[in-house]
Amino acid sequence: MITIAVALSIILLLVILYLLFRIQVLASIFKGSYRADIGKSNKVNAALFIAFFLIMGGLFVWSFLDAQDDMILPVASEHGIAIDSMFWLTMAVIGFVFVLTHILLFLYSYKYQHQEGKRAFYYPHNNKIEIIWTVIPAVVMALLVFSGWKTWAKITSPAPDNAVVVEVMGKQFNWLTRYPGADNKLGLVKHTLIDATNEFGLDLTDQNAQDDFAGEPSAFHVPKGVPVLLKIRSRDVIHSVFLPHFRVKMDAVPGMPTTFWFIPTKTTAEMQSETGNANFQYELACTEVCGRGHFAMKLNMIVDEPEEYQKWVEAQQKKTFVSQLQQGAPADSTAAVAMNSTTDAAGATTPAPKQ
Amino acid sequence: MSSTDISLHKDVHSGHDDHHDDHDHDQSFIEKYIFSQDHKIIAKQFLFAGIFWAIIGGTMSSLFRLQLGFPEATFTFLEPLLGKWVEGGKLNPEFYLALVTMHGTIMVFFVLTAGLSGTFSNFLIPLQIGARDMASGFMNMLSFWFFFIASVIMFYSIFLETGPAAGGWTVYPPLSALPQAISGSGAGMTMWLVSMALFIVSQLLGGVNYITTVINMRTRGLSMTKLPLTIWSFFLTAVLGLLAFPVLLSAALLLIFDRSFGTSFFLSDIYVAGEALTHTGGSPVLFQHLFWFLGHPEVYIVILPTFGIVSEIIATNARKPIFGYRAMIGSMLGIALLSFVVWAHHMFVSGMNPFLGSVFMFLTLIIAVPSAVKVFNWIATLWRGNINFTPAMLFSVAFVSLFISGGVTGIILGNSALDIQLHDTYFVVAHFHLVMGSAAFFGMFAGVYHWFPKMFGRMMEEKLGYLHFWITFIGVYLIFMPMHYIGIAGFPRRYYTWTGFDTFNKFMDMNTFITVAAIIAFAAQFFFLFNFFYSIFRGRRATENPWKSNTLEWTTPVNPGHGNWPGPLPVVYRWPYDYSKPGAPEDFIPQNVPFSQTQSSNLPHERDFE
Repeated sequence: MITIAVALSIILLLVILYLLFRIQVLASIFKGSYRADIGKSNKVNAALFIAFFLIMGGLFVWSFLDAQDDMILPVASEHGIAIDSMFWLTMAVIGFVFVLTHILLFLYSYKYQHQEGKRAFYYPHNNKIEIIWTVIPAVVMALLVFSGWKTWAKITSPAPDNAVVVEVMGKQFNWLTRYPGADNKLGLVKHTLIDATNEFGLDLTDQNAQDDFAGEPSAFHVPKGVPVLLKIRSRDVIHSVFLPHFRVKMDAVPGMPTTFWFIPTKTTAEMQSETGNANFQYELACTEVCGRGHFAMKLNMIVDEPEEYQKWVEAQQKKTFVSQLQQGAPADSTAAVAMNSTTDAAGATTPAPKQ
Repeated sequence: MSSTDISLHKDVHSGHDDHHDDHDHDQSFIEKYIFSQDHKIIAKQFLFAGIFWAIIGGTMSSLFRLQLGFPEATFTFLEPLLGKWVEGGKLNPEFYLALVTMHGTIMVFFVLTAGLSGTFSNFLIPLQIGARDMASGFMNMLSFWFFFIASVIMFYSIFLETGPAAGGWTVYPPLSALPQAISGSGAGMTMWLVSMALFIVSQLLGGVNYITTVINMRTRGLSMTKLPLTIWSFFLTAVLGLLAFPVLLSAALLLIFDRSFGTSFFLSDIYVAGEALTHTGGSPVLFQHLFWFLGHPEVYIVILPTFGIVSEIIATNARKPIFGYRAMIGSMLGIALLSFVVWAHHMFVSGMNPFLGSVFMFLTLIIAVPSAVKVFNWIATLWRGNINFTPAMLFSVAFVSLFISGGVTGIILGNSALDIQLHDTYFVVAHFHLVMGSAAFFGMFAGVYHWFPKMFGRMMEEKLGYLHFWITFIGVYLIFMPMHYIGIAGFPRRYYTWTGFDTFNKFMDMNTFITVAAIIAFAAQFFFLFNFFYSIFRGRRATENPWKSNTLEWTTPVNPGHGNWPGPLPVVYRWPYDYSKPGAPEDFIPQNVPFSQTQSSNLPHERDFE
């Protein structure tokens, strides 16, 4: 009933609008302004461009400044500082072009609006000007390309040998992490070996796999001030590892392992005091659409002081995959249940406080 | 012939002429309006189909914006429309992804490729080059009907039980290949692929026709260097389409094989839904290379025609020759060429070799140069003009503004180092919605307002056009400017909601604001729709050349019949931009006026042609 009433009132509203429109058309025909070639509207539109520029420009500046605090994420990695400074430098360059071209565009639109009896200036081309405004952007682009190359080459260079290795594996819809253990080598994995307990498909017969252990399902740890090498892979569809505070992003591709290395510069605790948020956590998000739970693929990353990290590793090292999986071997099903419950915890998105 | 005689009498007469024409050609209704081989009718068919799809695509964006703007709200009122996709007042997350996917597919391919090129290339190429019709009217008709079948299939897929394709408009496998991974990858994805394959056939049939017609059927005197920029842009667009679309077809075919016949082009080492698949050795990144080899030229297929349309409209309404005609052609050629060697800038963090990243960054940033040249030339054309702000002109000026605003952020995203942080965030969404979404739409609106009189023999209502323009222009900026802020903050694309992350648990008001702005801007399009359909039937009758323009289409009768010109084809003597030439009595000299008739205004080097 209400729907019908709403529909009826909308129809009535449309009819009224239509009648107003017709009256306006008929009135303008009667006044003779209907056929006027270029009328008052031209002046209004030209003036509106100036008004648009001033009002929208003002809104832009105000909203930008207002949003600045929320917009700029504190940076916590070494290369992130380089990326940020290049970002804001490029923003300044394009901001200048943006403002300059818009001033000219709207100013000319206003200034050279139609005037009765005036004639436009016949000026078809000027090759000198064309060359100037081809060369200047070319030079600016060249400078940006060179600085981009330098930063990009540094970021994508091979990881240092002393890097701490962590494997991050994406699956629908959570992230799992694995550490190589004392030998610093990750054991072999095969997707055919994956089952409910062996989520990585770890080949337990492989020598390198013996000391591999998992990060906690709710968070994984890395040390501060040391290169961290993420070995990234996926076991189903494409995911993407995104650590916004570290300016880190790399796709997780099934069948094609990828890597990204970076040096964290602030521990979680330091960031908590910097942001004044006692519950602050570094979050890892998925940025490649991967299905229903794409928006909930979260894993916390905890950056520790190197000593704390070492302590965590020592505690964790006892829980190798091999010991966990063999414990839950065929006859004994309790461990399997335990593993499943940790999997569930990984699926949920409750942040686990570190302390 | 030069249609300066704008009088009511002339008007009525041409109406009669047209009426006679109808009797002369003995065509049934079906031949004339449905399976028509006349380029003007086919153009209108593409236009109506494009408008239909734009409404669907726009409605979808309003739906998912509701979810993003009001993640806590319950949408029970949407149940009558969406049925089971609303569960207890909440939008189904997979349906959300389907909406995003279909919005992208529809807008990029069905509206801004078929709707835009299909309408204006078909309508303007024969009319502006002085041809009776396209090189092959039959192929042209097939082009539309292949598009129509593609549309029917895509439309049908929206109503499937398992939903339409939902893996993003880029349909990256494995997600798009595995129905276990997302339900939209079942029948919905099959129909998406079939529809796109037919769509590509349609594009190729159209493209071959446009290219052949422009090369072979220009009227006497119309050399390539006298072509209007519109024709240059349609020509280059068709070339891009012809070279790029087959690659998408091959990607689609290989994906069909992977999905249905057990091959492993894109699949490898997958364990999904409790089962290890047998696929091995494939590469998902290969699909991305194939897709973006089309995908990047595709964004220029979307924007190039509007370059031409806007150049033409700005010159006509500023009453000035387009500044740097040859530089404009050169920059379009440069952009067209470069568009084929920048595709991998969509893949900087896909895991491909970083060295490739540095090559593609270099090539990508070069594109900024010809683009900048175009912007400067447009602005220089306005300088010391005598501007008449028709609705078409308003949209054209705004096009330049949007092209700048969206274009400059391309310099950031094209830089592989900066792209690490911004890839797949709302910064990208804001960038391409401004530069290829809104700008292309504005170009399309400009084209419709400008050529409406030639299409339908009537004028669109100007005041409504102004209203439509200002709400849309303000709305577009209110939607997409704030999206940059959200993008800089790292908000990922295609998220159903961000509330699960502390990092992204802010900007709630901003998202609500964007949603409200988006719905208002979408609602404003109904002013256009009303104006469009009202004016077809009841608009003020047009004259032959209402904008006092130079190009050949304005030398045809008000309602050009079959064959376009009742008498012999016009002969071209000059370039299309002789506006406000010193010494000429009028402020425009159409292309078909010989130099011998304009001795007072001829430039020194033109004296030879007298």
